[in-house]
Amino acid sequence: MTSHHVILRVVSKLLMPVIVVYAFYVQFHGDYGPGGGFQAGVILAVSVILFALVFGVPEALRAVPARFAASLAAIGLLLYAGVGIWAMLNGGNYLDYDFLVEEAPGGHAGQHLGILLIELGVLFTVSGSMLTIFYAFAGRVAEIRDEDW
Amino acid sequence: MLETIISALPDMMVANAAPLLVVVPLMLAGICVFVPNGRAAWVLTILGSIISLLCALTLLLQVGAQGVVSYHLGGFAPPLGIEFRVDGLNILFLLLVTCIGVLAAIFSWPTVEAEIRAEKHRLFYAAHLICFTGLSGVAITGDAFNLFVFLEISSISTYVLVALGGTRDRRAFPAAFNYLMMGTIGATFFVIGVGFLYAATGTLNMVDMAERLALIDADNRAVVAGFAFIVVGLGVKAAMWPLHQWLPNAYAYAPSFVTMFLSATATKVAIYALVRFGFTVFAPEYTFEALNVALIFGPLAMIAMLACSFQAVFQTDVRRMLAYSSVAQVGYMLLGIAIGTSAGLSAGLFHLVNHALMKGALFMAVAGVVLTYQGTRITDFAGLGRAAPLTMTAFAIAGLSLIGMPLTAGFQSKWYLLQAMLDAGWGIAAVVIVASSFLAVIYMGRVLQAVFFQAPVNPRKQRREAPLLLLVPLWILTLATLYIGVQADWIIDLVQAAAQASFVPEGVL
Amino acid sequence: MVQFILERANYWAIIGLMMVGLYITFQSANMIKRLVGLSIFQTSVFLFYITLGKVAGGSAPILFGRDAKGHGAKVDHSADPGTHGTEVAHAETHGLIEIYSNPLPHVLILTAIVVGVATLAVGLALVVRIRESYGSIESDEVRRMDIGVADAQDADALVEATS
Repeated sequence: MTSHHVILRVVSKLLMPVIVVYAFYVQFHGDYGPGGGFQAGVILAVSVILFALVFGVPEALRAVPARFAASLAAIGLLLYAGVGIWAMLNGGNYLDYDFLVEEAPGGHAGQHLGILLIELGVLFTVSGSMLTIFYAFAGRVAEIRDEDW
Repeated sequence: MLETIISALPDMMVANAAPLLVVVPLMLAGICVFVPNGRAAWVLTILGSIISLLCALTLLLQVGAQGVVSYHLGGFAPPLGIEFRVDGLNILFLLLVTCIGVLAAIFSWPTVEAEIRAEKHRLFYAAHLICFTGLSGVAITGDAFNLFVFLEISSISTYVLVALGGTRDRRAFPAAFNYLMMGTIGATFFVIGVGFLYAATGTLNMVDMAERLALIDADNRAVVAGFAFIVVGLGVKAAMWPLHQWLPNAYAYAPSFVTMFLSATATKVAIYALVRFGFTVFAPEYTFEALNVALIFGPLAMIAMLACSFQAVFQTDVRRMLAYSSVAQVGYMLLGIAIGTSAGLSAGLFHLVNHALMKGALFMAVAGVVLTYQGTRITDFAGLGRAAPLTMTAFAIAGLSLIGMPLTAGFQSKWYLLQAMLDAGWGIAAVVIVASSFLAVIYMGRVLQAVFFQAPVNPRKQRREAPLLLLVPLWILTLATLYIGVQADWIIDLVQAAAQASFVPEGVL
Repeated sequence: MVQFILERANYWAIIGLMMVGLYITFQSANMIKRLVGLSIFQTSVFLFYITLGKVAGGSAPILFGRDAKGHGAKVDHSADPGTHGTEVAHAETHGLIEIYSNPLPHVLILTAIVVGVATLAVGLALVVRIRESYGSIESDEVRRMDIGVADAQDADALVEATS
């Protein structure tokens, strides 16, 4: 089956890196403009889902194992909550970014670091969860074979 | 004694008890994905629940000392920032959820090991911890939209937990699906209501909302519509009578542990949200005089008490019977809330706490029977009084408490409720309470008669007690029921403080 | 009259979607269709929130042009709790030049969408499992099968009790 669809395969090969780059653009642009972890996470997951649709789920599972996707979601959660706990350990309230780093009053390093890490946590969790959901459905054996459609 | 335990905790934990109560179980849920096996996940679950319980106890002391604990997440002050706000009302529910959480976590291992496939154990405990996070989050947050998010966190993980009963009985899948449909419609109604209130007041902080609503005309249609949507939405989650259709099947086919945990916490937390909106966000004068909610809640509660008790009488499955009885008991709580007096509210809350304890004990005992004899029909229970005396004595005591026998917790709260009804001049309600208790005598009587006075249907009933891990939490709950039945003052103090706190929003932000 | 209708175009759309969604949810027996209805219903609520946040003449809530300068300076928002959310001109209160729509409903709905996606995923997974164990996704057929099984069990219990 994979021997057909040459155009599809070539085009999607070209598209995938662009999608990934775009995901990271949306991710890191999210500090100042529209964007952020939610959208970026979905876009990142889409690149893998596109790969799976064109080259088959087994290939995608070799590139990004299901276990990795699930762990990624958990790591994102831990990163998010961990930033909050870290601020707490430094004497601030939960998720108070100002306490993340030692700095002179009025400095913004903590705020910048905080939102970066939090959005990274969101990115991990969203892309991990979307991929896990996709694998959970796509990994099931199809009841109707492709030829019978 | 409590003070010494709390003073042993690190300062950071005492200062940040409110967010830690929610965040620790959430983080442990993430860690559960990485642990090697289900037993480690179980230990983590117990650990997380105990930390949450310690946080709740810390908050109890702080609330006792300063009245209201307000925690600003991220250092942003309310009403703009999200606030975790603990007063006399939430602390009751936080204690309830965390206490039940610890006992349920301890008891869970034998039943989970028996009923869930081994490769799912870790994720099962992760889902349970997330559910726990959601429930305690609903009880602790001071932000209306945040409440919705926590409600859905707990609900979505609950759907998953209920569906995991499907490996034992496939009927768990449609039950979970119906629960999902009803629960999501309910949650969406709640969001619509919050949207209306946001449009009318421009705020999502519940205390701020209360202050602004007081300035708005009583017949503002956006506010009335918002109130209606919120009541119906939370009514679905709380299994208020005509909206309870999801509950019996979900409770009957979920894994035993899930049934036990949900019956003691999930509907209770939804009732908390109902009380919070009905009494704090909307002033009681608005709820009970301008909108006259008592005319809706009262009859619905009474119908629930009679109709669902009646349905419980005809069930052949013990878990379904207890589930119908749960809907009837929600009627008792709503009845107490419906009369809109402080005495009524505290009676309703008192019954809520007692019901959590006794239903928890009943479902734990049923879980024990499922574990040892693999059956939940009443005929399966025949003769178990001799085969498993410890489990069944606890079952009987909790059952008698459900009926309202003197010297048990159920009697205390029903008596308290009866007095509140008579004081408010609701004679019919008092009659309904008594009638519903008679129905409870019949349906619990059927089971107890089978347990203690019938011969076992087949000879497999040799003496087989439930494991110790199950018996200890079971008896803690049962003894608590008895203790409240004899010495209820401390818990009455707690619920009266809760009722007071819900009446006056001590509006210091 | 026409003006009354046209002025509230967004609400008509929301009401229409909401009714369509709820109708499908209640009327259909097919579980997938019921989930579709549920999603439409939820989407109508998302639209409701988004239209709430629109400020007449306001642009998208993104800082640009002269407003973008000096952002990052910590503004003490708690100083003016009276102005947030309501449709007051944000331009005046926060020292902004442009008028912006209220961004808060957008953020809330971002969260609600995530909740909706999670619900839908769980719902579809349940439908898959129902299909595997019952061979059908029509809720009335599933119910009929369940009742059949329950009746058979009751009959067994009766036989067991009488023998």
